[in-house]
Amino acid sequence: MSADPATHRATGPATGPAPGPSLADAAAPNPAPNPAPNSGPMLDIRDLSVVYRTPAGDVRAVDQVNLALGTSEVVGLAGESGSGKSTLAYGACRLLRAPALVTNGSVIYSGRRVSRPADIMKMRPDELRRLRWREIAIVFQSAMNALNPVLNVRDQLLDAIHAHLKMPRDEAQERAASLLDLVGIPRSRLRSYPHELSGGMRQRVMIAMALAVEPEIIIMDEPTTALDVVVQRDILAQIVELKDRLGFSILFITHDLSLLLELADRIAVMYAGQFVEVATSDEIYREAAHPYTMGLLHSFPSLRGPRRELAGIPGSPPDLRHPPPGCPFVPRCAYARPECRDVDMELLPVATSRDPDHVTACPFVLPDTPAPPVPSAASGNPAGELGT
Amino acid sequence: MSEQTVTSAAAARGPLAMEAISLSKDFRVGRGHTLHAVRDVSFNLYRGAVVALVGESGSGKSTAAKLLAGQEQLTSGAIRLDGTLVEVSSRGDFRRYKSEVQLVFQDPFSSLNPVHTVRYHLERPVKLHQGKDAAVGEEVVSLLEQVRLTPAQQFLVKYPHELSGGQRQRVSFARALAARPTVLLADEPVSMLDVSIRLEMLGLLDDLRQRFRLAMLYITHDIASARYFADEILVMYAGEIVERGPAEEVTQFPAHPYTQLLVASAPDPDNLGSTLRGGGRRQGSAASARQSLEGAATQGCPFNPRCPFADDQCRREDPALMRISDTRGAACWHLDVAAPELVSGPRGGGDAKAT
Repeated sequence: MSADPATHRATGPATGPAPGPSLADAAAPNPAPNPAPNSGPMLDIRDLSVVYRTPAGDVRAVDQVNLALGTSEVVGLAGESGSGKSTLAYGACRLLRAPALVTNGSVIYSGRRVSRPADIMKMRPDELRRLRWREIAIVFQSAMNALNPVLNVRDQLLDAIHAHLKMPRDEAQERAASLLDLVGIPRSRLRSYPHELSGGMRQRVMIAMALAVEPEIIIMDEPTTALDVVVQRDILAQIVELKDRLGFSILFITHDLSLLLELADRIAVMYAGQFVEVATSDEIYREAAHPYTMGLLHSFPSLRGPRRELAGIPGSPPDLRHPPPGCPFVPRCAYARPECRDVDMELLPVATSRDPDHVTACPFVLPDTPAPPVPSAASGNPAGELGT
Repeated sequence: MSEQTVTSAAAARGPLAMEAISLSKDFRVGRGHTLHAVRDVSFNLYRGAVVALVGESGSGKSTAAKLLAGQEQLTSGAIRLDGTLVEVSSRGDFRRYKSEVQLVFQDPFSSLNPVHTVRYHLERPVKLHQGKDAAVGEEVVSLLEQVRLTPAQQFLVKYPHELSGGQRQRVSFARALAARPTVLLADEPVSMLDVSIRLEMLGLLDDLRQRFRLAMLYITHDIASARYFADEILVMYAGEIVERGPAEEVTQFPAHPYTQLLVASAPDPDNLGSTLRGGGRRQGSAASARQSLEGAATQGCPFNPRCPFADDQCRREDPALMRISDTRGAACWHLDVAAPELVSGPRGGGDAKAT
């Protein structure tokens, strides 16, 4: 079980409640200078475990996970469907309902607006209410359907603003309009209903909603999965631009590792409810130390450079009601050996890495492991390179 | 508009299976408004080859597939299957046509009936298309084995909700194969699946293509997967084919400004940190946040509102597909500016000096 200090950044709270830049700054032509990153984690998830209670037994969806999110940092959470990445994020905000149950762990929030760090797991309902949206906002998956179809864009934005801020009506209306400016939608669309907007616009409205009361952290759960690449890139570029201007942090959840490599500062790769590797994007790309990460890296076709040998990851994730002993990736791993069944899933530092916080759960495979067996040959996947 | 002798890069793979000749489809939207969903689209599908139709949502690529599948009426144009003009005027005709041309849908979560088992989903098309005397049971088992859902007996009794997304899509493939088609139209067959599974599914499709010598149309918005999977790429924008050519050439040296935008927008881990992180935009990319909100133009080149090279001519006249090489063409007035390395020497037809 992982309780590795290496996954934590410095655990001290942020220095004082410095007010963040406001929307007014954002509208100014010259962007405000970025707040210094790495001044202690904004959100510190420690030993979080979530189970789903089912008649057939507990499903260990998230198992003793540690994650720190720094100020103005983008942390990516990568993994296949069912790996527990959404459960982790929702669990940390206490948004899960039965049969899901947080069985262990603490989530320390130390935003710039709160006087002292607080454990979200111990908050009272009224404290939670103040925390959500105001401090931590979420852009949900399938934003296409997350908007209320019978309210126009302006009313939905006003709803969120009035629920969380005391603000005169005309000021709130002005804010709603400037939110649309922020995400690049013409103000004329304030009166539009969701069905009158394209998918990309609805997604932008969702992001505007999340930004409505200037949260410190935005959790984005597959926000662009349903969109095509051009729109996706536009929206991601806009998110990054807004992050640089407003200084919020992002926890970005996706199954598309290629996207995270470009977007995130750090990436946590999740498999079967546990982290198997955490490192900076560059390290993940260049020096992946876990076979699952390597598999993900070889799963997407590249557009540039020579055509690579592609493998994918054959097989499917384990049944978390009866997790296998040792490493859960063994049945799909090209490097598997007998010792893997006994391995303790502990995150160990990767000594050769340039990132001091680079950790992996695989004690056997190191980034410089020579002569990797070609996964496609080992797994009997016939089509290594497609279309030839 | 004359299609100037651009031969398909897929032609070398096998005999011609299907011809789409100047397909057009208009939809009436509202009163007096017409949406030209597909405009004068022509291409060929060959046995054992994959042609990719790439474009953003709303570009008409799915409508093109539905036209080929006989599920939408053509506004104009014609379809030939094995050299014979397709005319679907009766139910029998339609059924015979469907046994040759099958469509796989994007969403395996909604394209299977939740109240029926896998066995039912596969038995029906086998009975419909292979006649009453077919050995239905054996055929169904062999179909499941073809799509590598083994042991087959175990999957026959399952309902869609008991299967993962990848398994469901395999059932969709098996269902399409039950008709023993020669042409398989795959409409975003992997875009709803996890990245780690996509490759396996494309590998499976590739395997089926080889084994059954299928003529395949692969519809996607992911041009990178088309690079690996397809022989020829057709890039669609606002209902028109704006560029076509061999997959490797189109992705490595895109000619049309829209294709260049598509290629520039694909995630590029080899270019770490240079684009999204750090806030700067990719050099040479025509994308800016507001531009993707621009719709297609109704007059002139449909891409002109978003195009960095657009001038008066582009706003006035819609360019036809111009020949770049034997296998490549692009519909742009300013190829000499947009892709100077592809177009050698002065070109006729286009007035390039207007910028």
